[in-house]
Amino acid sequence: MTQRPVTQHPFLALTDDDREEMLRTIGVSSIDELFRDIPSGVRLDHELQLERPLSESELSAHLGELAARNTDMVQELSFLGAGIYDHYVPAVVDMLMQRGEFLTAYTPYQPEMSQGVLQAIFEYQTAICELTGMDVSNASGYDGATVAADACFIAKHARAGRTAIVVTEATSPQVRQVVKTYAPGFGLEIVEVPHHNGTTDPDELRRAAEGAAAVIFQQPNVFGCLEPAPELAAAANDAGALAVAHVDPLSLGVLEAPGNYGCALAIGEGQSAGNFPAYGGPHYGFLASQLEFIRRMPGRIVGETVDITGQRGYVLTLQTREQHIRREKATSNITTNQTLLALGGLVYLTWLGPQGLRELGETCLSLAAYAKQQLQERAGLELVFPEQATFKEFAVRVGRNARDVIRDARAQGVHPGYALGRDYEGLDDVLLVAVTEKRTPAEIDRLADVLAEVAR
Amino acid sequence: MKLIYEKSQAGRRASAIPRYEGLPAAEVPADLRRAEPPRLPEVPEFELVRHFTELSTRNFGIDNGFYPLGSCTMKYNPRVNERLVGLPGFASLHPLQDEDGIQGALDLEWRLQEILAEVTGLDAVSLQPAAGSQGELTGLMLVRAYFEERGESAERRKVVIPDTAHGTNPASVTMAGYEVTPVKTDPRGNIDIDDLRTKVDEHTAALMLTNPSTLGLFDENIEEIEKIFHGAGALMYYDGANLNAVCGISRPGDMGFDIVHINLHKTFSQPHGGGGPGGGPIAVRDILEPYLPVPAVVRKDDGTFGLDFDRPKSIGKVRAFTGPFGVFVRSYAYIRAYGPRLREMSETAVLNANYVLARLKDAYELPYDRLCMHEFVLSARNLKRDYGVTALDVAKRLMDYGYHPPTIYFPLVVSEALMIEPTETETKETLDAFCDAMLAIAKEAAEHPELLKEAPHNRPVRRLDEVRAAKHPVVKYGFEHHPEADVITAPIAVEAPKGV
Repeated sequence: MTQRPVTQHPFLALTDDDREEMLRTIGVSSIDELFRDIPSGVRLDHELQLERPLSESELSAHLGELAARNTDMVQELSFLGAGIYDHYVPAVVDMLMQRGEFLTAYTPYQPEMSQGVLQAIFEYQTAICELTGMDVSNASGYDGATVAADACFIAKHARAGRTAIVVTEATSPQVRQVVKTYAPGFGLEIVEVPHHNGTTDPDELRRAAEGAAAVIFQQPNVFGCLEPAPELAAAANDAGALAVAHVDPLSLGVLEAPGNYGCALAIGEGQSAGNFPAYGGPHYGFLASQLEFIRRMPGRIVGETVDITGQRGYVLTLQTREQHIRREKATSNITTNQTLLALGGLVYLTWLGPQGLRELGETCLSLAAYAKQQLQERAGLELVFPEQATFKEFAVRVGRNARDVIRDARAQGVHPGYALGRDYEGLDDVLLVAVTEKRTPAEIDRLADVLAEVAR
Repeated sequence: MKLIYEKSQAGRRASAIPRYEGLPAAEVPADLRRAEPPRLPEVPEFELVRHFTELSTRNFGIDNGFYPLGSCTMKYNPRVNERLVGLPGFASLHPLQDEDGIQGALDLEWRLQEILAEVTGLDAVSLQPAAGSQGELTGLMLVRAYFEERGESAERRKVVIPDTAHGTNPASVTMAGYEVTPVKTDPRGNIDIDDLRTKVDEHTAALMLTNPSTLGLFDENIEEIEKIFHGAGALMYYDGANLNAVCGISRPGDMGFDIVHINLHKTFSQPHGGGGPGGGPIAVRDILEPYLPVPAVVRKDDGTFGLDFDRPKSIGKVRAFTGPFGVFVRSYAYIRAYGPRLREMSETAVLNANYVLARLKDAYELPYDRLCMHEFVLSARNLKRDYGVTALDVAKRLMDYGYHPPTIYFPLVVSEALMIEPTETETKETLDAFCDAMLAIAKEAAEHPELLKEAPHNRPVRRLDEVRAAKHPVVKYGFEHHPEADVITAPIAVEAPKGV
């Protein structure tokens, strides 16, 4: 054993006297003896090769230096989106997520100790159901990509015997890649349906969906275009496949809810509603369904009940779906989910309210329309899909490789968007521009001016 | 307490959204327009803050007190980590930013990979999995890819799992398309080696093992187990749920494991957040590195960092982007605060557990009478037999004393199980007070069993009817008037438990 350091580590509390007394109570003579069951052949015979411990002030300096080597969305005027968006996160979200009673608790296995988070999850489930027009929501999934894999697992069982999952090509590549990784273990194969001029053709989708377990499409899609979503859902339903809509939660003040046009499941990435971009996470994925799939839902679900005095309270429910009870027959292996991020989402959606949600959608719509106009008129760029309606994101041709345009625009302090050529063949000269309510008309003018200079 | 929806009044709001005059009209096709708005709450900001603050007072975290929830490693979460994760360079960084704008993030990820490789004694790390259970599934995908390349995937269909395993292990096996082969536990709490020998053969793909096990016991035959699996050409997967016992003491790689997942929210102090987020990086032996998820975070020859998507043998992506980055920031900061003193962290966790065990083992049954590692499992079956009091009753009564209960009824191999994990956090005074409470409860079970049966007495709600919740699922608010919501509830009584 190594010599015990002289100074007490700030995260630890035992004194030398404590240790002596505890070892005496246990009936061993040393800490080393506590590890006597570990065979000597598998013990580490040297100190871990890690750098020396840092004090809090040293840690702050070190991580501050790492953070400073990133170029974040505060430093640049950013129009980058493609699944992660720079929407405003109000102060109440940070403040309430930092309450230690929420932050440092775990899964509410003991409901009497955890009514706060249980009620919050119940309220979150209600908010997600209201947004999506569904009957049941789980307590959250990992992110917007893994909930798509969850949807496939639901479909595998709800449409037993069908082995194909149809995914539109205009669905986020992050989502498509994750679904493809999961599919072989599920015994499923992924079939992709191409887009035509920025959206999916319902008839082509119907043909592809024959015999498939589910159809996954994204609204608005990866190009920012509005899909004919009710027709896509109808196409899936005609083929007997589950219709799964991957939606932007902040679009649902102005766009119809998937539950109201025949979808079986609504899924999505919650980041835009109440979480910072955070280099990709942690965020929350949401997953909601029609009532008939309630017993196939993965993960935690909170339900209402009463205590022995008749007072209302909340518990984890329908746990016979879950891994700790059902083991290899469970509806999923998920345990730890994204509750704290979902709490942030609930606080955010409460902050917005129905009026705020609609106004936010309208502001995004009109700012994006203004950006389209300015990029065409002021910068002389062409829309890639000019006849398609969009929400907050759209694709423009920039006349040369978009990655080079991005580099040159960033040299002037503007990040103009995402290079779609990173994911789609034939779109090397296409820039995907995202406009949130945080952008102003003056900032959009600046984008147009910079692109006028560096594009084409 | 009312739901936020029951406090809602039409026309109220907490947000003001930027609106602009004179912008072009945006067109949304009529059939895509939302007809009815969602019934989100309508409250002013101060009501929002009061509502969620009141909810928080009805919740219990490590910040409130002792939380010995076995298998969950409920340790202190240093607050500096929360400040660091909120730095704009981390919080406001877009995952699709160009490589030159993410050098600090990649440097941090690369450093964390190197650290986890050292702590686990393995060669390569992917940070991508979002939680331990996703790490398990990712690991099994690597197993499949490995055997596919060797042309053995059709024969090797079975994954061996001890009966003490977390439920996630068998659930992950199913999701990966494998079959579970259960193996028994012997009277000392180790894997039953004789049973194991009959179950490992040319059809075995892998072992999944937690070591120390969920019984809190280190498997004394681990070297023999390694010979059996590797001798049969199978791989070994280490469930890192209990890594807090062995940091700097014994490494999974040195035990022979080929794949390990690390629960960053357990061992490395990502706050549990009421159920998440977590982080489940996986570390692997070099033979499995080609199959790791893309993108890989790499350091280039010129010292800069990059994302490598060009890994033809990769299983693909298991989560969007490079993983739950904020979790990495916190865990990296946590590990750097310890450095090589991680060993002291694990030693203290094991000392604390053995101390509590020593003080409690006469009042409760100890199914495996050995020194424990970072946690241990007692049984309340003596109280059930003698007084009709169950592990559930003991757990609920602990709430009256101000403690979060331990994990109960797990692992399944111990009836009336109480699984206690004190962690290295905690003063001796706290441990003693908890032991005093557990001993007092054992006495109460004999003298006033009704105190346990009716517990808890001073939480915001009394014992809840979980059967009713499952039989008649109400999983969202119905937007109808609930008379019981109008009842003014009494303030939470903060008083000494009865009978003390």
